Amino acid sequence: MTETFYEVLRRQGITRRSFMKFCSLTATSLGLGSAFVPKIAHALENKPRTPVIWLHGLECTCCSESFIRSAHPLTKDVVLSMLSLDYDDTLMAAAGHQAEAIIEEVKKKYKGNYIVAVEGNPPLNEDGMFCIHGGRPFVEVLKETCADAKAIISWGACASYGCVQAAKPNPTRATPVHKVITDKPIVRVPGCPPIAEVMTGVVTYMLTFDKIPELDRQGRPKMFYGQRIHDKCYRRPHFDAGQFVENWDDDAARKGYCLYKMGCKGPTTYNACSSMRWNGGVSWPVQSGHGCIGCSEDGFWDKGSFYDRVTDIKQFAIEGNADKVGGTAAGVVGAAVAAHAAVTALARARSDKQGDNQNSGDKQ
Amino acid sequence: MLSQQDMLEAERHGRQVRSIYVYEAPVRLWHWINALAMVVLAVSGYFIGKPLPTMPGEASDNFLLGYIRFAHFAAAYIFAVGLAGRVYWAFVGNHHSRQIFKLPIFNGHWWSEVFFELRWYLFLEKQPKKYVGHNPMAQLMMFFFFTVLAFGMLCTGFALYGEGLGLGSWADRLFGWVIPMLGGSMQTHSLHRLGMWIMMSFVVVHVYAAIREDIMSRQSLISTMISGWRMFKD
Repeated sequence: MTETFYEVLRRQGITRRSFMKFCSLTATSLGLGSAFVPKIAHALENKPRTPVIWLHGLECTCCSESFIRSAHPLTKDVVLSMLSLDYDDTLMAAAGHQAEAIIEEVKKKYKGNYIVAVEGNPPLNEDGMFCIHGGRPFVEVLKETCADAKAIISWGACASYGCVQAAKPNPTRATPVHKVITDKPIVRVPGCPPIAEVMTGVVTYMLTFDKIPELDRQGRPKMFYGQRIHDKCYRRPHFDAGQFVENWDDDAARKGYCLYKMGCKGPTTYNACSSMRWNGGVSWPVQSGHGCIGCSEDGFWDKGSFYDRVTDIKQFAIEGNADKVGGTAAGVVGAAVAAHAAVTALARARSDKQGDNQNSGDKQ
Repeated sequence: MLSQQDMLEAERHGRQVRSIYVYEAPVRLWHWINALAMVVLAVSGYFIGKPLPTMPGEASDNFLLGYIRFAHFAAAYIFAVGLAGRVYWAFVGNHHSRQIFKLPIFNGHWWSEVFFELRWYLFLEKQPKKYVGHNPMAQLMMFFFFTVLAFGMLCTGFALYGEGLGLGSWADRLFGWVIPMLGGSMQTHSLHRLGMWIMMSFVVVHVYAAIREDIMSRQSLISTMISGWRMFKD
């Protein structure tokens, strides 16, 4: 049986007395009466921690790399105290059949009560043979593991949207998780990778409240993906003032002006980078002088250059953007109108000459 | 039905009466306000996508793009309210006011008139015909390149506006669905800009055709949109 929170706290040297103090303090700060103290204590003593199975599909492990750098809360606390990370083939000590057996065990023991976190996505071409997990196509493992899960977390752009392995022409048919698993609640945490604190934040929320966080239209937690990079960007005043970096080496770049003209995708990207920043708040792309590339948006790898705003629309032409296609159309229409006017004028002048006599006859 | 009615009206009246009242005051007023709003929208929109050169001085002393965006949003509201008013007028106005909202596509005669106008514009017909409202070709163009496109611009525009207002704002609740449907915010921006170019191409054709028909078809077009009366010159 998985340890309860109380057992974990006791193991870490917290006394029963301190534990009870914590419970009464929690009840007080939540505005609950003293009658709730034993209830909170009871819950912490008896509620088993939710087991999490972390699967890896077609991915680069950048999500895991990000996750283990979480500062608030520290990853060690999340992994060792808060959740029961029962299976994660890159982090766990067990290997081979021993490791694979854990999935089966969790599925049986916690049927309908565990969370599956998926990093990467299943490729579907050639019966899924492009990604093999423990000797079997990953897509099969994913479907089996998710069958009895309570909820699924799609880590990163891979699981959420497909990411670079799904870029055109997508030879392996890499497919986002929600298109393979359609009958479970899925939390999408996009980004390449997602911010570490966003990842641990989502996990913490789900464990604390025992429900999935409020999601937006695209299934992303509103609390982290409710605003654009642009909305909280510290360079936003330069955008409104009309002050832009025009070249990577110009004075404006040194002064830290807005990177909009250099193709920053901040205004079209929903993520928490500009408010939470990266690596424990050290920095983030715009702060280090490069525009946002929009890595947490659907199809960012296939939607034109990272270095222009009016960017390519691939459906029209290889190098076609709204201005080139539309401007050309407007130019052609303008030229056609001018030519039409010229022909009209000529035709009219000619018919006037020919029809002078007839016309005068027509009009009584 | 509509165009047939128009044509009969024009042919009958064209000889006897010199003018017919076509565009009622609200339609005319809307036309010019809408035209102005569209000019402001196109120019400000162009500079939102491709901003002007960097402003010198402190950020706190400048608000250039802020003002440009304000102009865009203000004109957009006028455009939207005007369009809503115009839709209302299509219900209560005269039958000409409904022309740009519905096409008599099941009317064979109307289609033959469309092709007549096409031949006329291709210099294959010698004599123009007279119409009281839009000619059928113009009606077809107005429907697709103005009415349909205008609603497209409205939906994408307010969806993008909703991004600034934030999740749960009225614009997000009413139009937020547009963004995932079109494949993301960037894609919506691109299509909105492309729509602007199509609209401006149509404006060129629209103005040209109005001037040309005013001269060639011996009936008033431009002054009709000012006074409301269509004059027949012979």
